Amino acid sequence: MALASVLRSDYADFSFDNHKPFGFGLGLGKSDVRASLGEELSFAVQTSLNSSDGEGIERKIEFLHGTTTLAFKFQHGVIVAVDSRATAGSYIASQTVKKVIEINPYLLGTMAGGAADCSFWERLLARQCRIYELRNKERISVAAASKLLANMVYQYKGMGLSMGTMVCGWDKRGPGLYYVDSEGNRVCGDLFAVGSGSMYAYGVVDTGLRKEEGLTVEEACELGRRAIYQATYRDAYSGGQVNLYHVHSEGWTRVSQEDVLVLHQQYKPQPQA
Amino acid sequence: MMLVLGLLKEQTGIIVLSAACGIVAMDFSQEFGNSGKMQDYYYTGPVQHHFSPYTDNGGTVLAVAGEDFSIVASDTRLSEYYSIHSRDSPKCYKLTPSTVIACAGFHGDCLTLTKIIEARLQLYKHSNNKTMTTGAIAAMLSTILYGRRFFPYYVYNIIGGLDEEGRGAIYSFDPVGSYQRDAYKAAGSASAMLQPLLDNQIGFKNMEGVQHVPLTLDKAIQLVKDVFISATERDICTGDGLRICIVTKEGIKEDTLPLRKD
Repeated sequence: MALASVLRSDYADFSFDNHKPFGFGLGLGKSDVRASLGEELSFAVQTSLNSSDGEGIERKIEFLHGTTTLAFKFQHGVIVAVDSRATAGSYIASQTVKKVIEINPYLLGTMAGGAADCSFWERLLARQCRIYELRNKERISVAAASKLLANMVYQYKGMGLSMGTMVCGWDKRGPGLYYVDSEGNRVCGDLFAVGSGSMYAYGVVDTGLRKEEGLTVEEACELGRRAIYQATYRDAYSGGQVNLYHVHSEGWTRVSQEDVLVLHQQYKPQPQA
Repeated sequence: MMLVLGLLKEQTGIIVLSAACGIVAMDFSQEFGNSGKMQDYYYTGPVQHHFSPYTDNGGTVLAVAGEDFSIVASDTRLSEYYSIHSRDSPKCYKLTPSTVIACAGFHGDCLTLTKIIEARLQLYKHSNNKTMTTGAIAAMLSTILYGRRFFPYYVYNIIGGLDEEGRGAIYSFDPVGSYQRDAYKAAGSASAMLQPLLDNQIGFKNMEGVQHVPLTLDKAIQLVKDVFISATERDICTGDGLRICIVTKEGIKEDTLPLRKD
């Protein structure tokens, strides 16, 4: 198990769960302590009596995650735009979360779902990508990187991980964009939006994306920015700042970080005379 | 509450407990009928009992980072539901001469977690011949917490200290290891009350025409004291005393302040 092998560090073994990555309670016999999918702290210890009901509740799949992340391919690469709000229930835990993880100078990963899940597994992915580079003396492709991530989390399928990420990069096949999630999905595509605000973002991007003529870099950036802004406007669980990245043949560049209230003033329709 | 970039259902401390130790009401079915006499109970079938490995021991912690200092503060009340176990149980733990950790949540996990961190610090010191930096401790804590992803430490941590350049650094965590560096953060039972106040006084969030004055040490200490006094007024789990750890390049100083004991 990837998790167990990472934590089996050189140090003395202080993590009790090292050999039991399946999350069985310690010394609780047949009981199963599990975090149900979508509920952080409601740890109900399931006895064998209840396992049938419990599994039904736990396996209920949470599709909507309170965030908006977006990535699309265009003529000059990939645009990645995200919001920066993290919520714990209805409390806004942070407005300054970095939802784009810089895996390496030419690969980016976005975060949606459980913050710890995303950041941990993508950090592990960065390590695997580096090992690949050292072993094979060439950069890893986006397809391979996304496959590594998908396979890592597939081993934990059904255990309550919550992660919906987009792996974006540029390799020798050109721009690459894959959507990977904790259910085991891995799809290649030209446009993805993930999160509770994704529908609003899709609406904006679908309107603005012109396949035939292509967009310039500035137009594409503005499209991504506007899409996230509109999503934060209507989705209560998205907000904060819009972080924008552009992935091109030389790697990725951080384009901008703008607070949504500044964008609101910018996009406000001018009063008619 | 696990930090989420997605929607995970809200569970406040109290509600968690009732969900987790949902002692399915005893099927005594003792009903008091009209006559006032207890009626016989009847057997309804197997009843499920829940055991919860967690409890919420309350408490609030707070940390503020300045230009060349960090302040980590916690109240000293240890409670459980509506009882107070101790009035002198501070939640700040000194890790290195330049780092302090504050842990709120389930006290049992706080103790174990701090023991594990201290042991790992020693191991690092012995193998690398240097003290762990604040950023390194934060990264390590994240993996320690994630190692228990499926049976988490029910602890809200905040690490406060100085980074390698001598600037104040605060790292806030969720129970499973997601973390980020902040300028100020409150965690624990009264966090939802304190955080907006800090946003206003330190972050100057959404305020127009205000000069952003950088925070001095004395002003920060005064602010922390005021903020805890206010939290004590409105949160039952916060009170009794305040312990402040001030981290500067000279070392760690401690300050205490009595709070309301009711």
